[in-house]
Amino acid sequence: MRTCNTAILRHLTAFLSVLALALALGAGGAWAATSDEGSEAPKVSTADHSKFKELKGPFGTGPEVTRACLQCHTEASKQLHKTKHWTWSVVNPTNGEQLGKRNIINNFCGSVVSNEARCTSCHIGYGWKDGKFDFNSEANVDCLVCHDTTGGYRKFPAGAGHPAYVPTEWPVGSGRMMQPPDLAKVAQNVGPTSRRNCGTCHFLGGGGNAIKHGDLDLSLIEPGRYLDIHMSPERLNFTCSSCHSGDAHAVQGSRYTTIAKDTSGIDIPGRTDGTRATCESCHGMEPHPASSNSKLNEHTDKIACATCHVPRFARGGYNTKMWWDWSTAGRLDENGQPLKIRNGKGLEVYSGMKGDFAWGEHVIPEYRWFNGTADYTLFGDTVDGSEIVSINKYGGGPDDPDSRIWPFKVMRGKQPYDKGLQTLAVVHTFGKDDSAYWRNYDWDKALQAGMAAVGATYSGEMGFVETEMAWPITHMVAPKDDAVTCEECHSRNGRLEGIEGVYMPGRDRTGWLDFLGWAAALLALLAVLGHGAARYYAHTKRS
Amino acid sequence: MEATRIYIFKRFERFWHWAQAALIIVMGVTGFEIHGTYSLLGYESAQEVHTTAAWLLIGLWVFAIFWHFTTGEWRQYIPTVDKLMAMLRYYLTGIFSDAPHPFRPTTLTKHNPLQRLAYLFVKLIINPAIWISGLLYLYYSAWPALGLDGLSLAAVAFVHTVAAFLMLLFFVVHVYFATTGHTPTSHIKAMITGYEEV
Ligand code: HEM
Repeated sequence: MRTCNTAILRHLTAFLSVLALALALGAGGAWAATSDEGSEAPKVSTADHSKFKELKGPFGTGPEVTRACLQCHTEASKQLHKTKHWTWSVVNPTNGEQLGKRNIINNFCGSVVSNEARCTSCHIGYGWKDGKFDFNSEANVDCLVCHDTTGGYRKFPAGAGHPAYVPTEWPVGSGRMMQPPDLAKVAQNVGPTSRRNCGTCHFLGGGGNAIKHGDLDLSLIEPGRYLDIHMSPERLNFTCSSCHSGDAHAVQGSRYTTIAKDTSGIDIPGRTDGTRATCESCHGMEPHPASSNSKLNEHTDKIACATCHVPRFARGGYNTKMWWDWSTAGRLDENGQPLKIRNGKGLEVYSGMKGDFAWGEHVIPEYRWFNGTADYTLFGDTVDGSEIVSINKYGGGPDDPDSRIWPFKVMRGKQPYDKGLQTLAVVHTFGKDDSAYWRNYDWDKALQAGMAAVGATYSGEMGFVETEMAWPITHMVAPKDDAVTCEECHSRNGRLEGIEGVYMPGRDRTGWLDFLGWAAALLALLAVLGHGAARYYAHTKRS
Repeated sequence: MEATRIYIFKRFERFWHWAQAALIIVMGVTGFEIHGTYSLLGYESAQEVHTTAAWLLIGLWVFAIFWHFTTGEWRQYIPTVDKLMAMLRYYLTGIFSDAPHPFRPTTLTKHNPLQRLAYLFVKLIINPAIWISGLLYLYYSAWPALGLDGLSLAAVAFVHTVAAFLMLLFFVVHVYFATTGHTPTSHIKAMITGYEEV
């Protein structure tokens, strides 16, 4: 509540000072000369895209814009075709399994397959609406969603990656219309990616703001320094790509293939591995200055940076989803519409479309050993409903030199599985057809269609299984004064209580030694006090 | 009875004793906070104070060892059984009946045979155990470089904690025995002024 008020206050003061400045400048007649300069970084590009005749427009569709881009940036689409942003597919380096958004089943919305038109509103392409999408099409790469600087470009949520080209109602039945973007204006104002560009998808994962990651949400578009020391315009004003950089559109940093410990040190071009996305690539393995407690640098071999420097996630004023129980979905109101229940804070705790939710804000992460690898429970892997399924079991342990203790958001919930086939289910949730769950609220039909889309035949018997999915926490890096303090871990019942394989002073001890030690000290004390009392008594009796 | 005063503890010895006392108390208090027994300064401050005090104590010990050998004072700790039983009998009975103290300290033999044994135990067992385990503990991160990979931190911490408990035990008994001189305060005065009334 307090942070909310101070945020409002901060915005108010900022607004008032801008107003005062505007008035002063306006009076001096200098407005026109300075209007383009704000807190924005100076423009570094040597090209002004508004001067290019290719971008004059008008453009009818997204792909038309892309064709114009490709006239100069001839290799751009070919570069993007090689990236995860395009393929949504990753090979697990440890065991060869096929990962990526396209292949996994998570415990939020389930799976992309059979629901493409909805999910691919976060794909960097146009037109991936079913299994027949052409991944070799250059014109279907969406340049604008990443390079728009006007803030006016948005993909239509159910448009298979296209923006709305005519005013379209969204959400369906709400009466609210989404306006088509001015494609020519957007095209003429392209620029480097910003926090807002990446956030269009990455802050809204799981179906809305803040739902999925916990350390990525809309508060990072203009974060205060308390929220993120690197991205805050009050400090370094980093964009996502300041760290997630890379050549040829290959963005670095991944949950699927994580560098859990980057011992190659501070990255010097030509000398090191060239990664930018780890903390260590700028800070090295000895990040704390010589003036600080020397024990701090001795932690970096076993403790990931974020473990101390991201004390909590969902710190920006938005709640993140912690629990999603699909098994209760399907309750409709008297008009046949899915029921919606909000709690006192206005958070949706039940949705007829999706089931029960629990939310969390300022959440203390869970800590686990992590070496950067993960073993996924994919479609076809045995799930018999007898135990909690780990969707991504992270690898590593105390004896593995590549492992460190990492913070995680652990998402938990219940989701459909096929009892007969003993596998997590692919569910057809979205679509205009009769079998989509959000049409008829009939699980059997939805599973039949979903499983068919991956070439399987639904056994006819489904149930709900409890699952958990771990999300490494790396963003929302707090100022150093807010870092986790020593005693939050070096104490009994501290944050690292469940971590095995290391001796931690303050947390660990040998119980019987303590008992023996204190008992001996107490006995010694009683003995000398008794001796002293006897001496005193003998002395007073005599005199 | 007219008390005789003899000069027992030289200036360095007295300084060494009280500085060591203060440091050991500080180390005990901060050490058991690090151990998780209570929360007083906060873990980080406790750890910082403990480490600083450790270096001071090590420095002091190095000086003291040097002093003991150059002055020959180390002989004060050579164990002896002479009057040992007499001392034991005194603490068990004589002290209650105002019997005369069986031992008279002199400049050449400052400590009674029980003291000799106790201090020798501190110097040969407790101190080295605390010192060696403490330094290993402190340089935990350098073990691989020192070829000490095989060590376990839990074991080092265990030894350190055992030694800390022994030190605590010594401390309790030692403070009490400081009151068992010719008069209850004569030992203590001796350690302050250097002169003991005998
Ligand atoms: C040469 C002297 C000493 C050194 C170098 C030393 C060093 C250390 C170190 C490095 C630690 C671990 C804390 C950390 O991670 O920084 C520690 C813990 C501790 N120290 Fe000392 N220390 C010394 C003397 C003492 C003394 C004189 C006492 C008690 C009177 C003591 C009692 C303890 C205790 C109880 C712990 C906690 C052990 C545990 O729970 O693991 N230390 N010491």
